[in-house]
Amino acid sequence: MSEKTIKFKIDGKEIQGKVGQTILEAAEEAGIYIPRLCHLKGITPHGSCRVCTVKVNGRPQTACTQPVVEGIEVENDTEEITEHRKNIIDMLFVEGNHFCMFCQKSGNCELQALAYRFGILAPKYPYQFPKRELDATHPDIFIDKNCCILCGRCVQTSKDIDGKNVFEFVGRGPEKQLAVNSKANLAGTDISVTDKAAEACPVGAIIKKQEGYAVPVGKRLYDIKPIGSEIENK
Amino acid sequence: MSNENLKRVVIEPVTRVEGHGKVSLLLDKDNQVKQARLHIVEFRGFERFIQGRPYWEAPVIVQRLCGICPVSHHLAAAKAMDVIVGADKLTPTAEKMRRLMHYGQTFQSHVLHFFHLCSPDLLFGFDADPAIRNVIGIIKKYPELAKQGVLMRKYGQEIIKATAGKKIHGTGAIPGGVNKNLSIEERDVFLKDIEQMVEWAKGALKIAKDYTVENLDSIASFGSFDSSHLSIVREDGALDLYNGGLRAITKDGEKIFDHFNNQKYHEQIAEEVKSWSYMKFPFIKSIGPENGWYRVGPLARINACDFIDTPLAEAERAEFMAITEGKPNNITMAYHWTRMIETLHSIEKIRDLLNDEDLQGTDLVVKGKRREEGVGIIEAPRGTLFHHYKVDEKDQITMCNLIVSTTSNNIPMNTAVERVAQEYISGKPEITEGLLNRIEVAIRAYDPCLSCATHAMGQMPLIVSMFDYEGKLIDKKAK
Repeated sequence: MSEKTIKFKIDGKEIQGKVGQTILEAAEEAGIYIPRLCHLKGITPHGSCRVCTVKVNGRPQTACTQPVVEGIEVENDTEEITEHRKNIIDMLFVEGNHFCMFCQKSGNCELQALAYRFGILAPKYPYQFPKRELDATHPDIFIDKNCCILCGRCVQTSKDIDGKNVFEFVGRGPEKQLAVNSKANLAGTDISVTDKAAEACPVGAIIKKQEGYAVPVGKRLYDIKPIGSEIENK
Repeated sequence: MSNENLKRVVIEPVTRVEGHGKVSLLLDKDNQVKQARLHIVEFRGFERFIQGRPYWEAPVIVQRLCGICPVSHHLAAAKAMDVIVGADKLTPTAEKMRRLMHYGQTFQSHVLHFFHLCSPDLLFGFDADPAIRNVIGIIKKYPELAKQGVLMRKYGQEIIKATAGKKIHGTGAIPGGVNKNLSIEERDVFLKDIEQMVEWAKGALKIAKDYTVENLDSIASFGSFDSSHLSIVREDGALDLYNGGLRAITKDGEKIFDHFNNQKYHEQIAEEVKSWSYMKFPFIKSIGPENGWYRVGPLARINACDFIDTPLAEAERAEFMAITEGKPNNITMAYHWTRMIETLHSIEKIRDLLNDEDLQGTDLVVKGKRREEGVGIIEAPRGTLFHHYKVDEKDQITMCNLIVSTTSNNIPMNTAVERVAQEYISGKPEITEGLLNRIEVAIRAYDPCLSCATHAMGQMPLIVSMFDYEGKLIDKKAK
């Protein structure tokens, strides 16, 4: 039995999706990149970062959670939505302490890559300079909360893929922060450097120790191609 | 010293690339200079805010204390981290890539200083109209020379990019090695112009040499004084800008210590703090804080080494040392000549390295037994640079101490300023533009960071105020 096709439009272009697909997934198959940060293949989408927000028949929806529906009109690459996305990225930068110039994730960081894609060279909002902690207790993995954007990818990856439940969020509102399910620190958890959660972070908040700067400038992931181009050039 | 009945002359700011300095002179009622001080009023802070960061970040973070010679800090920190990760001997590719980076850095830094900052003084004279005595004046009167300066600097910067990934603040050196080699394509680009660079380096050296020899009578005493000299030297006593043991010599060339283990530098060198400057005052412990200060940089290195292992530079070194019959040269203005000898040495080294197939090797990193403490010492363009770190079992830096070249030259620069002030201010109540420039010329001979930008456009942002001992402004000059 052939799979039922769902026809809809993104920015006026006709797209054929499949039943059960999200707008983001269907767009990706059609070679259309919808920017995202908290979305990661293999984990349940939760629409928390809002970067993938599109307008569906005029209403804002997160493309990573919204299923495709026959006949919907999706706005993605418009001036209004791009402006919203830029504001979100901008706020993520100033909310934490993102020192791209020496961050070892630089060149491989999705937040930085999105900023470059959108032409954000300096934030327009004031830096918050929050005081955030480091957790270097684990022999192989390092947590630098200065860079955490609370996307939840590590939390869900550990739960959904590794089956370990190493990470969690604590606090609410501006006080919300990444924590570990241990009384003390990361060393007290059962995380392993081979866990998928150790690679899930889109920014420089969870990093593998002693691997920094091993890839030279010019050869890093986003030095070569801008983020999203792997989808657009399929 | 009691300040009673003394006048204070303040030169502020002496612009520094990443901060400010000022000069203050104390004059008695007969306008005799009693004290001259160069104050560095910028606070650095890197030693503190590197604490807690993972050790592999150090070479990338700490280099940001300078935009002029970040490669020196990058490599000094990387050398310290080699000790931390137990990499006692790097692979040939890693060591030679780092050396190439370092010689590229030294080449471009020395060229920048000579062509852009000091050549106007040498070619136009200290008293020339400041509207002409600048890099624009050089471009107008000596266009071919100016072009050489730009292209030589570019050559060095491109080498840095090819080895570090970026021209400024790269990531090439990592604990235990490097993250890239030099491709055949990259190498061939540099080989194409290498002979031209050697020729231009010889030409620049000739200018510095001729100037020194022709004006020896007048510059021999200009801001000059006897001092000890410090440098690292290779095991066989050769000049080595990248690696070696510490050697200190007296003004007469007697060795105070030699081939001293870098990891124990603090057994020979200590630092004193003074309330009037954010710069510390390093000194040789066995001599003590009062007289244990020393000079670093090109002059100290050429004085301290036994020979240079590249033929063109070695011939020039021999000629230079003949001036003082083989004894250390203590003439402040001789820094320029020695800086150009090193420029020639650097480009000769670059030529040798470009022809070395090890640069195309793929064995880039080694590691060994992890340690908790490491020291990296390198000869930066401006002199011996010390990086010292302690790292805990969680890989976080717990202690960092940096002794940068300009810090070691702190007392020498102060002494040079005092000498010039005594010679040109004492007994003269009015401050002239020529005086201001002479003070800068003396400071600039050391090529400290603070020499940059103060002179190049003929708009030296110096303000000199002279107060009498009651605090009343009696003279003020700005340029």
